[in-house]
Amino acid sequence: MKILVCISHVPDTTSKINFTDGDSKFDTSGVQFVINPNDEFGLTRAMWFKEKQGASVDVINVGGPETEPTLRKALAIGADSAIRINTAAVDGYQVAKEIAQVVKDGGYDLVIAGRESIDYNGAMVPGMIAELTNANFVTNCINLEVDGTNAKAVREIDGGKETVSTSLPLVIGGQKGLVEESDLRIPNMRGIMMARKKPLNVVEATSADTETSSVKFEKPASKGAVTLVDADNLDELVNLLHNEAKVI
Amino acid sequence: MSVLVYTESENGKFKKTAFEVASYAKAVADQLGTTVTAVAVNANDVSELGKYGVDKVLNVSNTDLNKFNAKSYASVLKQAAENESSKVVVVSSSADSKYLAPILAVNLEAGYASNVVEVPSNTSPFTVKRTAFTNKAFNITTIDTAVKVVGVSNNSYGLVENSGSATAEDFSPSIPASGVTVESVDKVTDKVTIADAEIVVSAGRGLKGPENWGMIEELADVLGAATACSKPVSDLGWRPHGEHVGQTGKPVAANLYIAIGISGAIQHLAGINASKVKVVINTDPEAPFFKAADYGVVGDAFEVVPALIEKLKAFKAANA
Repeated sequence: MKILVCISHVPDTTSKINFTDGDSKFDTSGVQFVINPNDEFGLTRAMWFKEKQGASVDVINVGGPETEPTLRKALAIGADSAIRINTAAVDGYQVAKEIAQVVKDGGYDLVIAGRESIDYNGAMVPGMIAELTNANFVTNCINLEVDGTNAKAVREIDGGKETVSTSLPLVIGGQKGLVEESDLRIPNMRGIMMARKKPLNVVEATSADTETSSVKFEKPASKGAVTLVDADNLDELVNLLHNEAKVI
Repeated sequence: MSVLVYTESENGKFKKTAFEVASYAKAVADQLGTTVTAVAVNANDVSELGKYGVDKVLNVSNTDLNKFNAKSYASVLKQAAENESSKVVVVSSSADSKYLAPILAVNLEAGYASNVVEVPSNTSPFTVKRTAFTNKAFNITTIDTAVKVVGVSNNSYGLVENSGSATAEDFSPSIPASGVTVESVDKVTDKVTIADAEIVVSAGRGLKGPENWGMIEELADVLGAATACSKPVSDLGWRPHGEHVGQTGKPVAANLYIAIGISGAIQHLAGINASKVKVVINTDPEAPFFKAADYGVVGDAFEVVPALIEKLKAFKAANA
């Protein structure tokens, strides 16, 4: 089984979110970038398929050279090789179209992406890759088993979960549950050394078109201080929620 | 040319989000000087939609659509959009709508913006405001394609009633074969879900153990709220994974979010920040959640929550 894991290069959750160039660009200065958490669950599940079922695992990112340390980290965790499509990621459709081309050319059986990135939160790349490559698609995936070309997946739904049967080629929008937090791997020194020798292939983009354009960013209005209510005066809390906040 | 809206139903009844996206679609249709057409799948009474601005309902009845299937439902919406020559298709942010929207967008060659929180500020170029950076910022985005798919963030627009009425028309699209088959569904049916809830009551490790969740469920019952929990609580197995809210769990965009015994780690706050009003109850006045909350009570949850339940019961009785 040939697996491709999509790796989004995103600011660490604790990063300060600021913008530059007239609020048109994300300010990367001083920001630590990481593998998108939803992608990391998928990558770790892919490692399980590699170790238990002999799958090959490649990782892919659409972005400039600045994303390579994130791809190297994925290699250090255990992926076999990495692909960087050398173009700025502008919108979900363009990213999906670039990756879909690699999926078709490379004959991948299983594509695992995160259900959404924690920066753009578009939640569209995996579904678009599936549709562009004519593959089956399961998102919000919290469990995945593959047996030959048959797959069984569990999807989180509003208020519960559902179990589906499907087959390869398959695209997954993964999240926590594919593996648990405690299963995530911190690259060890050997992994990091090996990652330096693993192939990281830079592929020129197909110049896929975009469908949306980011105009600018805004930050939410700064919030006033919390209104503290005494624990012995909960009537006041009920009153505030009813008359001031108007939520009950 | 009408604005097309997918109005989700469950067991024949429309979800609250269906009325919200219908209200939103009506606002967009007014901007564009056109009407609203809704697509309803196996719904019992579609006339309700008229109250929220829908002019026409494409009523799809097909037992092959009894279980949600993203590919099939996307195909239904595509055929409806073509039938109506729609340039704008509006969907919700439910798990199902977010599942089908990217497929639909590719099929319609449409640009798709998800998590949209306001009506378009401009219709040419078509400009929307959406959340980004897990609710730490907004992104103003234009959708540049002829056909546009807009995913509306839950509880962002609200329900807006109109005086109109909707005409219903039977619609029988072809249903393509899907390579994904639902084998079983495991779903709590007697409780409001986090996605649909206007109020969410959430608790963390401060509750000390799963045996103490009775008062959380009681508080949720009094408020008609959904229950949720922090990541450590679901990792410890005190509560089911599906209740975990936060960056790697379910997103919450409720009108009221009540956090009990949750310190407010940044990953937790990222997932719930889209909620309009936040209340924190915690023994530690230094807990980070107090910086994110609108109202706070410094106190022991085991004393504050039962007392709050009594106050709310009295309030409900007085305002019934």
